[in-house]
Amino acid sequence: MTDHIDIISVDGSARHRAQKRFKSYGLLAIGLSLTFLFIMVGSIVLRGSSAFKQSFVQIKIELSADAIDADNIKRVRFGKLLKQSLRNKFPEATSRKDKKQLYKLVSPTAEYSVRKQVEANPTLIGTSAKLWVRTSSDVDMYLKGYVDANLDESKRRLSDLQLEWISLLQRENKIESRFNTKFFTGGDSREPEQAGVLGAVIGSALSLLVCFMLSFPLGVLAAVYLEEFAPKNRLSRIIEVNINNLAAVPSIVFGLLGLAIFLNFFGLPRSTPMVGGMVLALMTLPTIIIASRTSVRAVPSSIREAAMGIGANKVQTTFHHVVPLAMPGMLTGSIIGMAQALGETAPLLMIGMVAFIVDVPQGITDAATALPVQIFLWADSPERGFLEKTSAAIMVLLAFLIVMNLVAIILRRRFEQRW
Amino acid sequence: MQQCNLQTINITRNAVGRKTREMLVIALLLACSLVAVLTTAGIITSLAFEAFRFFQEVSLFDFLFGLEWSPQTALRSDQVGSSGSFGAIPLITGTLLISAIAMAVATPLGLLSAIYLAEYASNPARAIIKPLLELLAGIPTVVYGFFAALVIAPMLRNTGETFGFVISSESALAAGLTMGVMIIPLVSSLSDDVINAVPQTLRDASYGLGATQAETIKQVIFPAAIPGIAGSLLLATSRAIGETMIVVMAAGLAANLTANPFEAVTTVTVQIATLLTGDQEFDSAKTLSAFALGLLLFIITLCLNVVSLKIVDRYKEQYD
Repeated sequence: MTDHIDIISVDGSARHRAQKRFKSYGLLAIGLSLTFLFIMVGSIVLRGSSAFKQSFVQIKIELSADAIDADNIKRVRFGKLLKQSLRNKFPEATSRKDKKQLYKLVSPTAEYSVRKQVEANPTLIGTSAKLWVRTSSDVDMYLKGYVDANLDESKRRLSDLQLEWISLLQRENKIESRFNTKFFTGGDSREPEQAGVLGAVIGSALSLLVCFMLSFPLGVLAAVYLEEFAPKNRLSRIIEVNINNLAAVPSIVFGLLGLAIFLNFFGLPRSTPMVGGMVLALMTLPTIIIASRTSVRAVPSSIREAAMGIGANKVQTTFHHVVPLAMPGMLTGSIIGMAQALGETAPLLMIGMVAFIVDVPQGITDAATALPVQIFLWADSPERGFLEKTSAAIMVLLAFLIVMNLVAIILRRRFEQRW
Repeated sequence: MQQCNLQTINITRNAVGRKTREMLVIALLLACSLVAVLTTAGIITSLAFEAFRFFQEVSLFDFLFGLEWSPQTALRSDQVGSSGSFGAIPLITGTLLISAIAMAVATPLGLLSAIYLAEYASNPARAIIKPLLELLAGIPTVVYGFFAALVIAPMLRNTGETFGFVISSESALAAGLTMGVMIIPLVSSLSDDVINAVPQTLRDASYGLGATQAETIKQVIFPAAIPGIAGSLLLATSRAIGETMIVVMAAGLAANLTANPFEAVTTVTVQIATLLTGDQEFDSAKTLSAFALGLLLFIITLCLNVVSLKIVDRYKEQYD
């Protein structure tokens, strides 16, 4: 008898240990997945946050009245003036090579910035003004600590001479790190220090607008049909199976569809938010239909019976009572669908929204790019400066996604009805 | 009295109009739901049409069984390699290799997470962990691609170097591992549903016999949930096969016929994306081949989806 008890108790503790072990595997799996999530988001935030700052350098520039025609500022060659001031500041740069290095301290777009500042403040003409301009990306990267000054000179993008100049400027407090407004107000650029996400954000917004205008009514009406009106026949079954399968079709296939049908067959303009939105609409349609159906189904039949009881017909019952009650759920589903569409890249590559576009799009028929595509494009650029821009653009994208999902959650919390 | 009569007439007159209006509304609703069917039809016809044009230039047999993929068609006919070769086998093996790595990551992690969430986690813990896991699914794939290329791939290459073997910087492993993490929430939420659908009576019976929770899960719930889990794994595989951005950014472009996860391979989706990005003339075999690949991808994923949806449905019926 004692033997038996011993066996059971020994066995029992082993089984208990197995139980604990098994439970810890589950926790480990969750822990690993979440660790990955945190490392990914963390490393992007770490790399990207510096992109919200940009280094500026103060340059004393002689804006003599003879050199500048106040009535014709567009034709003044500010680049030349800028170079002259740089040479005045560092007269030791005499050889061609040294001068070239000197000019590379400031951004190639600095002359436009000088012009803008003079245009904004014409009283500067005739004085020697101290103006702030963007440093070049290489200098910016160095100031942010991404360049190791101890490295051999040939292995870094800045020469010893340039570093010397920079440290001199720093000692004179002529270098400043400022909030990079251009990142939020500018379009794409070949120069990392000048590149912004506004063009891509507007492109994404326009595409999503088209996508929502198409997919929301279509999705809601289709869901209403399937839940309230569809007879139990073959056609209804085909539609239903179809929607389920469409939800699992790879997104790039929708891009191929858009390319073959919208662009080549109907000849719609390439690279535009209009076509992008149409492709995204077809892609999000199944998501919206499935969410809307769930929400229509959740409306209790007592509502329908009450409406019918006072003489409303089926259509009236549905549109006066069922649809308004199901609307919050439908909107929530649609916002989640839109959030998916916002992150979608592959189909947009197919319809040519990958072009290099500097201008901010003005309408749905302007050539544009989208935020995730912009991320893809910058991630492909070899310049060091674009690395932080890519991470920062990802942060912007994630911020939009978080906002959209929060709106969906709040909508659900606020309007969710338990019947 | 007169008032009343008028009212009645109004109602009857309206009723006729109402009937036609109702029919119109229903027709409109039907049309909206047919858009989904039209989309599928559009996908099939456009892919099939362009693929047909491709197969007029390259034989179907060469496409399906050819071992070499180099779609570069030369500008002049007398250049070397002017014809290009369109054998899809290296692309298919590359796709399968990356998907297999992804599933090798996502299956254990996703399943164990699902089991923990469904059987062990307290309600408050579940309310925190579940949305966090779903966050993984909500992050756009281009972000995963960037992370894979920027962090995972160099990390793997350096690890390889310290152990003395070469891992390519665009290895299948980097893309596969990252993709695996991306699919974890898909596997876990599908399996979670499946495990929750196993009737409580089975659990109670097992506990009644003195089994521990782990034993109940391993020997009762898991076998009961196997068909449903298989279905969700198939669905996840189809998702991995169709995934584009991660592989475009982290896997290679050169078509290698290899099963070595440390080498660079390319996939069907990568080739579609690179063939059709940027300017193209629309009539060359090179661009048309993208549509043939698209058709192949569509057929493969459709088959996987149909089978997995069937399995999951049948499984649900079993316990309803």
